[in-house]
Amino acid sequence: METILTVTNLTKKFGHLTAVKNLSFTIEKGNVYGILGPNGSGKSTTLGIILNVVNRTAGEFSWFDGNTSTHEALKKVGAIIERPNFYPYMTAEQNLKLVCKIKEVSQDKILEKLELVGLLDRKNSKFKTYSLGMKQRLAIASALLNDPEILILDEPTNGLDPQGIHQIREIIQKIASQGTTILLASHLLDEVEKVCSHVVILRKGEKLYSGPVDGMLASHGFFELRTNDMEALKSLLEKNASFGKIEANNGILTAYLKEEMNAEELNKVLFEKGLVLSHLVKRKESLEEQFLTLTKNN
Amino acid sequence: MVRLLQIEFIKLWNNRASKVLIISYFVLLTSIALVAAIKFDIGPIKFHLAEIGIFNFPYIWHFNTFVTAFFKLFLAIIIVSMMANEYSNKTIKQNLIDGLSKKEFILSKFLTVVSFSLISTVFVFVVSLILGLIYSDFNELSIIFSDLEFVFAFFIKLMGFFSFCLFLGIFVKRSAFALGFLIIWQILEGITRGLIRWKLFDADTTDTIMGFFPLQSMFNLIKEPITRLEAVQTVADQVGEKITLNYGVHWYEILIVLAWTAIFIYLSYALLKKRDL
Repeated sequence: METILTVTNLTKKFGHLTAVKNLSFTIEKGNVYGILGPNGSGKSTTLGIILNVVNRTAGEFSWFDGNTSTHEALKKVGAIIERPNFYPYMTAEQNLKLVCKIKEVSQDKILEKLELVGLLDRKNSKFKTYSLGMKQRLAIASALLNDPEILILDEPTNGLDPQGIHQIREIIQKIASQGTTILLASHLLDEVEKVCSHVVILRKGEKLYSGPVDGMLASHGFFELRTNDMEALKSLLEKNASFGKIEANNGILTAYLKEEMNAEELNKVLFEKGLVLSHLVKRKESLEEQFLTLTKNN
Repeated sequence: MVRLLQIEFIKLWNNRASKVLIISYFVLLTSIALVAAIKFDIGPIKFHLAEIGIFNFPYIWHFNTFVTAFFKLFLAIIIVSMMANEYSNKTIKQNLIDGLSKKEFILSKFLTVVSFSLISTVFVFVVSLILGLIYSDFNELSIIFSDLEFVFAFFIKLMGFFSFCLFLGIFVKRSAFALGFLIIWQILEGITRGLIRWKLFDADTTDTIMGFFPLQSMFNLIKEPITRLEAVQTVADQVGEKITLNYGVHWYEILIVLAWTAIFIYLSYALLKKRDL
């Protein structure tokens, strides 16, 4: 698989504070990556370093095959960091023309990209007249002008209203479906869960996990069960070697699997023992649950 | 290079404030021609500025470059703010993310500074040439094109001054504070001169030392032209004063300003490179 970005032992210190500690990961073409971590975990600093605006203290990173200088590589990247930064006195179209000049791409795609983010009818309005949601959408249009190999988004829905968040997510999903590699930094887990196939999890500048979302926890999922005789159900499951932790709350029994078992099998076993279920759901942990488990254990 | 200039042009020309300032600057440069119209005609006293010889070749090169150099403050405001605004709008960050290298960023600003200086120089040259052709008493080609080193010095002076402004913009990051810093710097040079003169050296040595300071060295490039006027010298002769001043543009003065220009541009680059944005 083609590598887009390789980060090796990256470290950044701000005085005594170590914002990024010995971080390594790679980004492969075609995947959608999420960088997850609580506020202050070093997500933005990491992105700042690979985007040439923050100086690293130690370590290496290389774009693509490693033979292009960072600023040349960035012309093939689309990136938005935290807040959309444009010239307030210029219109959307003028701002995008400037970006085209910097990226050395033709100006043909300006209108197409403005259309994609739904700003075509406001292309002649000055940037300072835009709402935050519109500014963020303009930033996405700007990042897409060069049809980038990879799109980097740092907290793209931060500070937006629900409608704005929805619009941005729709745009991201549309772009992801076109096969563009995406690197999405966020502390909003459901956001990452909806679009990402791979995650890098950071805490206090250290990597806790990087890899596919599915492989994050060696977990076989869990059952949510309800029946008339909850006590009997509980004691039965406790005797079964396939189950680990069993929790009861709100009249629902949650039983965590230690090995693979499908729902039909469990239903059959219980029915044979005379327990009829009124509620049976097999689920995997959500990203949020996995994330909390992972950050708690360490 | 053209690309970098185009980038800066888009940034500047779409900003109404800079556009107004740039236009007023060039209008002011042209307005030096209006000096020619100054006439006092009160009874026995007849005074026509154009007729006392300020527009004579080659003196006009000296006079016009000296006077118009004061208008450079207009462009200084633009240059300081074009730099400081990149910080306050955080567009410098976006520029770098979009794929401009830090070197290209500084280079694009420096090229703008050079263009401003070059355009101003050409402008002053043309305006002076026209004024001279109208009012000068001497019209031989060899006289017209003598003393052109003042025009060259004018270019170097502007370039050095604007580079200083550029550096201040990057260093201070706020346009108002950067302009304030410029004024404070001027005062500091004055105080330093006072201190050196008071405690250390005699007047000549002080002048030599001050010639190495950035603003003083830029000022030294084109010396005041008033006492060079024949009319003024006649008056001085009558009161028994002998004015001996070295009016020329000296190569070492040019060198000092060029060195400052290089230092300011390099410092701007070093500062940008070192900073986390």
